[in-house]
Amino acid sequence: MTDLTHIRNFSIVAHIDHGKSTLADRLIQATNTVPDRDMKEQLLDAMDIERERGITIKANTVRIEYDALDGQHYVLNLIDTPGHVDFAYEVSRSMRAVEGSLLVVDSTQGVEAQTLANVYQAIDADHELIPVFNKIDLPASDIDRVAEQVEDVIGIDASGAIPVSAKTGEGIRDVLESIIANLPPPEGNRDAPLKAMLVDSWYDAYLGVIVLVRIKDGVLKKGDRVRFMQNGTVHQVDRIGVFKPSMQTVDDLGPGEIGFLTASIKQVRDTRVGDTITHEKKPCDGPLPGFKPSQPVVFCGLFPVDSAEFEDLRDAIDKLALNDASFSYEMETSAALGFGFRCGFLGLLHLEVIRDRIEREYDIELITTAPSVIYHVFMKDGTKIDLHNPADMPDLTHVDHVEEPRIKATILVPDEFLGDVLKLCQDRRGIQEDLTYAGSRAMVVYDLPLNEVVFDFYDRLKSVTKGYASFDYQLTGYRQDNLVKMQILVNEEPVDALSMMVHRDRAEMRGRAMCEKLKDLIPRHMFKIPIQAAIGGKVIARETLAALRKDVTAKCYGGDATRKRKLLDKQKAGKKKMRQFGKVDIPQEAFISALKMDS
Amino acid sequence: MPDLGFGLYIHWPFCQAKCPYCDFNSHVWAKIDQDSWTSAYLKELDRVAEETSDRVLRSVFFGGGTPSLMDGRTVDRILDRVQRNWRFENDVEITLEANPTSVEASRFSAYRSAGVNRVSLGLQALDDTDLRRLGRLHTAREGLDALNIARSVFDRVSFDLIYARQDQDIEMWSAELARALDFQPMHLSLYQLTIEPGTAFGDRFARGGLRGLPDEDLGADLWDVTQGMTERAGLPAYEVSNHARPRQESRHNLIYWMGGDYAGIGPGAHGRLTLDGQRWSTEAQKSPQAWLSAVDQASAETRVALSESEMCQERFLMGLRLVEGIEITPRETDIFSNNINYLKEIGLIEKVNDRLRLTPAGRPLLNAVLSRLFADQPPDNSLSKSSS
Ligand SMILES: Nc1nc2c(ncn2[C@@H]2O[C@H](COP(=O)(O)OP(=O)(O)OP(=O)(O)O)[C@@H](O)[C@H]2O)c(=O)[nH]1
Ligand SMILES: C[S@@+](CC[C@H](N)C(=O)[O-])C[C@H]1O[C@@H](n2cnc3c(N)ncnc32)[C@H](O)[C@@H]1O
Ligand code: SF4
Ligand SMILES: [Mg+2]
Repeated sequence: MTDLTHIRNFSIVAHIDHGKSTLADRLIQATNTVPDRDMKEQLLDAMDIERERGITIKANTVRIEYDALDGQHYVLNLIDTPGHVDFAYEVSRSMRAVEGSLLVVDSTQGVEAQTLANVYQAIDADHELIPVFNKIDLPASDIDRVAEQVEDVIGIDASGAIPVSAKTGEGIRDVLESIIANLPPPEGNRDAPLKAMLVDSWYDAYLGVIVLVRIKDGVLKKGDRVRFMQNGTVHQVDRIGVFKPSMQTVDDLGPGEIGFLTASIKQVRDTRVGDTITHEKKPCDGPLPGFKPSQPVVFCGLFPVDSAEFEDLRDAIDKLALNDASFSYEMETSAALGFGFRCGFLGLLHLEVIRDRIEREYDIELITTAPSVIYHVFMKDGTKIDLHNPADMPDLTHVDHVEEPRIKATILVPDEFLGDVLKLCQDRRGIQEDLTYAGSRAMVVYDLPLNEVVFDFYDRLKSVTKGYASFDYQLTGYRQDNLVKMQILVNEEPVDALSMMVHRDRAEMRGRAMCEKLKDLIPRHMFKIPIQAAIGGKVIARETLAALRKDVTAKCYGGDATRKRKLLDKQKAGKKKMRQFGKVDIPQEAFISALKMDS
Repeated sequence: MPDLGFGLYIHWPFCQAKCPYCDFNSHVWAKIDQDSWTSAYLKELDRVAEETSDRVLRSVFFGGGTPSLMDGRTVDRILDRVQRNWRFENDVEITLEANPTSVEASRFSAYRSAGVNRVSLGLQALDDTDLRRLGRLHTAREGLDALNIARSVFDRVSFDLIYARQDQDIEMWSAELARALDFQPMHLSLYQLTIEPGTAFGDRFARGGLRGLPDEDLGADLWDVTQGMTERAGLPAYEVSNHARPRQESRHNLIYWMGGDYAGIGPGAHGRLTLDGQRWSTEAQKSPQAWLSAVDQASAETRVALSESEMCQERFLMGLRLVEGIEITPRETDIFSNNINYLKEIGLIEKVNDRLRLTPAGRPLLNAVLSRLFADQPPDNSLSKSSS
């Protein structure tokens, strides 16, 4: 147990790729937490998918110990957080477990949309911030410019900012000293009843559920019987420890400390993040405020390409959900795709990550249907439906009106691309709320419908700004609009997996784009295939995929019939990657690709 | 079962240069010892004869590679042994594939003396620019000279053209085909250029090169033009890419397509043999060097017994290439009934008495037709199946 005045807890926050995890590496190394031979780049990004994509998805906690220049020995708990907007929830709850943050800004890039979002979150959490200007080893680094931006755009004092290179290690001592000097030590009373915050939890095959806790008051020991206040369950603690970053058991955890406990808990679902943990016998006066739960905002259907793999898919999804409370799912049946799951995600990256993991870790090929948001459908009889799947949209004659989720989007962009960004937002039914400049960069704030953003907005934004724009958003609320369900008919049959909700004014345009895309994505068949978009039975766009005209092997290899037989088998295997809708085979990638808009 | 005949395929795996589109088993060697190759072929002929000497030969085919690189003496010694090992049908067909350079044309009479009575000439194009693009070693002039020599030496001469080439439009091809038909050939092979993976063209194509190849629609138009012109000239297609005047079909290839027996000799050669009621698929060692040494150890060939369903597949695969189609048994009619009905309905196949054949509209779609025929899931059931 460490004395409160010798503890500092902080999170590392930044826009995506500004170097949080690399900075964490240097802090771990500078404090000899991990021997040099065990170090690797972005040590904390341990998941395959994190290493492959080079991004952090899950927040990670490490306890490091530091002998400061004042001659004192300090215990520091750092939490490396993800930068991507889909995982902003990880950042907000990490901040609740600590007293301050390192706000990393890539000094070659400057302040970006998530930098701003992080600052707002820090202010919300009542945090001290230490600005850290990273990547000063690069020639494009411009500390003065970044300092100016921090002061102009964010409005915080940049005089204490620390220039570092997380790559070379330059400036790392300064960071550590600044943490000691400028971040407040935690508060707490070790003699008070136990009051601990459940920060995170995940499943481990050997230890069961591992619970990340931040002790506020009191002392937690192995063998203690504790109560999880929200759901009232009582568990006996069988192990407590800290992350260095591998797990190391300790005898007790006192106020201000961050560590883990295990208590033979079987399911992550039995632990609610934000819950308060106290002693069964001597409870604390009341629970901590708790966190706002993370809500899935994007929904899509996941179906196995091979319908025989449905049970395997169920198994895979069950297992993944064990570790990911923000991922929701329920069974879904589609007339054309058979059995599958309707799944909810925090955003498109989250969706991709889960889909990738199912395909790779469980070897199941998937058809992903059009992503959708939750619509509020108000019926004439006064009832309200939460619509997760456009296929379930009730008949229009019973519908009074439909509301859709809106977001507040903040975009930072060099002014040369501003025109393109405004056009993009305008095309996506956005309403401008703010436009300000900081030097040669503009910050625009737009009120946008989430459904226009969910799918490919970010891709489009990157492409119209050559990658120079950054983007962040928050859900604001629901608003009524003229929304209708658009169906796609292939060979006269509706394909429910391609149905989507669209704004009436944008329906023709989207319908045309979908039909054109599908015409390219569906291979020619032996007959011609009409592809139509329709609203309530009225066709609003149409394309015709011509019939196959030539598909024959010209040559004969001296009686090599074996080769021809193999070719036929190969064709058959190719067909397996498609799904049949009536008489038409649609390739699995068509369901997602068809939605990508070129403008 | 009618007698489908018995043929002998002899593969000569060498060429002067490798053509960039070609994925046949062909190799360029600096020096070939024709004597040791001859001995190897003779040895293989004896091995095959042990099992088949009771059969009567309908055809012998020297294919390649470039068999016209064989010395006249080599061909002579081989045919001599063939004659000793088997009886011939009266009008036995003995074909040799020849490349049309002057050197090779000079061997034609020697081939004829050896017993060859039909040649198939690889003209490929009648245009110098395109011949160069195809990596051919002959010019259009040389090709036509070789054709003339061939015709003066042999009664039966066929030639090959490759069409649907880069930048070839309908006018250009019709003009070229019209010139070809002006020679009044008895037999013609007209192949649409296929880009094969693993060839120089295949690599270039995969890298985004080889521009100007016809798309599916132009390919189909070129096909249509070809069918019309050859029909009007009295050389209708009798197989996907082969055209002939009546009774001038290649008897050898008919054996393949009608499902007859043939022995394959030489590197990579395939065969189909029915022995004691079991049909075997045979395949020889592919690499020339490995084949040579394997022959020495009498192990140049591997055999696989064909199952009932594989045999049925092959009958359809090969037989439906023929314009006249195949005879189909009541059992087969039953097994494939759903798919056959469907394909009939959309006008791609027709059944006349007990023969199944492609309609003119179905012929350029043979692969799609076959894959539908063998699809497990009949189209009529597809909906009820996926929504159950
Ligand atoms: N040259 C240089 N490169 C750096 C520095 N810090 C980080 N990088 C590189 O920047 C990239 C992103 O670094 P990460 O540490 O993964 O960034 P992150 O902020 O953790 O990214 P997310 O977790 O995905 O938001 C990597 O390629 C790093 O090697 C630095 O100081 N100098
Ligand atoms: C065994 S090959 C070659 C015979 C001979 N060596 C020659 O090149 O003339 C028989 C015929 O197949 C055709 N052919 C070979 N490769 C082809 C391809 N990739 N596409 C279309 N036809 C091809 C050519 O017309 C060739 O004449
Ligand atoms: S096309 Fe003929 S000559 Fe050219 S490599 Fe192939 S077999 Fe040899
Ligand atoms: Mg990271």
